[in-house]
Amino acid sequence: MDILVLVKRVPDTESKIRINRETNSVVEEGLNFILSPYDEYAMEEALRIKGAKGGKVVAVTVGRDESLVILRKCLAMGADEAVLIKDPLPETYDGLRTARIIARFVQAKYPDARLLLFGKQSVGADNSQVPAMVAELLGIGQANVVVKLEVEGETATALREIEGAQEKVFLTLPAVVSAQKGLNEPRYETLKGIMMAKKKEIPIVSIEELGFKPDELAPQLAIIKMDQPPARQAGRVVTGVAEETARQLVEYLHTEAKII
Amino acid sequence: MILTYIETREKKIKKSSLEALSEARRKAAELGTEAAAVLVGTGIEGLAAELSSYGASKVYVLESGSLDRYSTQDYAAALAGLVKKLCPAAVFFSATAMGKDLAPRLAARLGVGLASDCTQVSAGDGGLEFTRPIFAGKALLTFRLTSSPQVVSLRPNVFPLAPAAAAGEVIRETVEIPATTARAEVTEILQESGGEIDVTEADIVISGGRGMKGPENFELLREISALIPRSAVGASRSAVDSGWIGHQHQVGQTGKTVSPNLYLAFGISGAIQHLAGMSSSKVVVAVNKDPDAPIFKVADFGVVGDLFQVIPPLKEELKKLRG
Ligand SMILES: Cc1cc2nc3c(=O)[nH]c(=O)nc-3n(C[C@H](O)[C@H](O)[C@H](O)COP(=O)(O)OP(=O)(O)OC[C@H]3O[C@@H](n4cnc5c(N)ncnc54)[C@H](O)[C@@H]3O)c2cc1C
Ligand SMILES: Cc1cc2nc3c(=O)[nH]c(=O)nc-3n(C[C@H](O)[C@H](O)[C@H](O)COP(=O)(O)OP(=O)(O)OC[C@H]3O[C@@H](n4cnc5c(N)ncnc54)[C@H](O)[C@@H]3O)c2cc1C
Repeated sequence: MDILVLVKRVPDTESKIRINRETNSVVEEGLNFILSPYDEYAMEEALRIKGAKGGKVVAVTVGRDESLVILRKCLAMGADEAVLIKDPLPETYDGLRTARIIARFVQAKYPDARLLLFGKQSVGADNSQVPAMVAELLGIGQANVVVKLEVEGETATALREIEGAQEKVFLTLPAVVSAQKGLNEPRYETLKGIMMAKKKEIPIVSIEELGFKPDELAPQLAIIKMDQPPARQAGRVVTGVAEETARQLVEYLHTEAKII
Repeated sequence: MILTYIETREKKIKKSSLEALSEARRKAAELGTEAAAVLVGTGIEGLAAELSSYGASKVYVLESGSLDRYSTQDYAAALAGLVKKLCPAAVFFSATAMGKDLAPRLAARLGVGLASDCTQVSAGDGGLEFTRPIFAGKALLTFRLTSSPQVVSLRPNVFPLAPAAAAGEVIRETVEIPATTARAEVTEILQESGGEIDVTEADIVISGGRGMKGPENFELLREISALIPRSAVGASRSAVDSGWIGHQHQVGQTGKTVSPNLYLAFGISGAIQHLAGMSSSKVVVAVNKDPDAPIFKVADFGVVGDLFQVIPPLKEELKKLRG
């Protein structure tokens, strides 16, 4: 069974985000980039399924040369192959555009893939768009925000998180599944894995190779501005005897903030 | 027209859908157009009256046996059919679990862009403009969608409810759902214990961190929650990773983003990844024994003290208030 894992390079979660107001973009200099945390769960799940059922795990990203690093990490974790789909645009700002590229790639290069694993959202853009869009473009089923996945032959059962409950989703393969925290505990790369990953060749596929005409991928999103959010102000702080501070707190909530 | 998708669970309308409809009506008024709503499922026509009282001039009802239970593919197909017929300027969703599952599927089906999880919508010269937090709230992006219709999802608990009388004419539509082979079917819904409300939907979130010391002490937070209607218990990642509470309660960059009226943090230091998930809360209260804890920098009201000493009198005060 061939499993594709779609991965994205994102700034790590500790990052202080600076904005270039002239270009309305994030200043990349000084940022530390990582494999998006949810994509790690997707990678781990792919490796576990492969361990149990056999097959091949392929890590794929759409991005620039800088994204090769996260593909190496996937190889070091145990992916059999990795592919970079080279996107000439610096940042596309368009989930559908990314999804179109991925869907076309799957049709052209991995038409037999049975499972496409994603993160439930990329930390950064936090869009939660790409997995469902790829599923729609390929005309296949989806289960998003999945905390448990069981593959059985040509079907799979997924538990997906909804508000205060879980939905059990029965999938006929091929299908799209996006990973949520709780799905598994991602493994660390081994030294041997890292050494092997260094030697592996990572093929690069261009947008033209996938047969896109230039205007076909025009972004559908026009940025007006990027801002820093208004900083929260520190408010009142009370200390002292617990009974007194508790009383002050409830009084604040009741008479001043009028919440309780 | 701005069309709002109304989410129902167990034949009840979700509050966040009414928030989306309220916002749709405000923007429709500014653009000089009407707000309409769409219900999908079976046995839901009776809900139309509630929608007219939130400003829906028309309520479309897509009823079909096969739509009885939520299925992304069938719901997207049904909605796409209606959207193609009505050509609305925009389609609004609430960015709930269902909204996040369905809106991108509809957008891809229509071949249009999606503005997801927006916290502000404004009607400018060139049509609607959307603002959404990116990098977990560390930056805000404002943009337009150049394709039409504009598919939009709105963050729950952000847009105010606004009752407004409208005609609410009910229009039944027949739907055709194409057969598909590679399918996803929801076969079962597993309720969590006690049917507690989710942190993303609660008006008040009471969260605990490593300072709670152990799983048994989360009971203290549940006791506070029991005294406050529409509240839910949240947690930091440290508490979740220690196995003290399920990860569906985790607030933060790799947990849930919440915007309640009140966020109460007990024994949470206020790491950047935690702040990312709760800094859009309207009021933040922190109880922490360390006066230098970063959480105090974002708290409207801070109590420096031992949470185990503060919680018992806090409960007493809350009980007094309830009479
Ligand atoms: C600051 C900033 C703001 C942005 N704002 C918006 C916006 O408002 N609307 C918008 O449409 N786009 C926006 N984007 C663009 C965004 O980065 C992507 O180009 C595109 O939207 C991918 O969506 P996502 O990262 O939100 O993916 P999500 O849909 O959140 O990602 C889910 C999963 O899809 C997969 N995936 C996503 N991108 C890739 C990729 N390049 N290669 C392989 N797999 C991938 C991964 O498995 C990922 O975990 C923004 C980007 C930046 C940097
Ligand atoms: C990729 C990544 C993603 C992450 N995502 C998230 C996320 O989504 N959510 C999240 O929360 N974290 C996340 N984190 C973790 C984050 O960095 C912090 O480690 C975590 O938030 C700390 O949790 P805490 O505040 O409960 O614990 P601590 O930082 O240990 O703080 C405990 C606090 O309790 C106080 N305290 C102790 N005893 C008492 C007492 N008796 N009375 C009162 N106060 C007391 C202490 O003074 C201290 O301030 C992430 C980290 C990474 C690397």
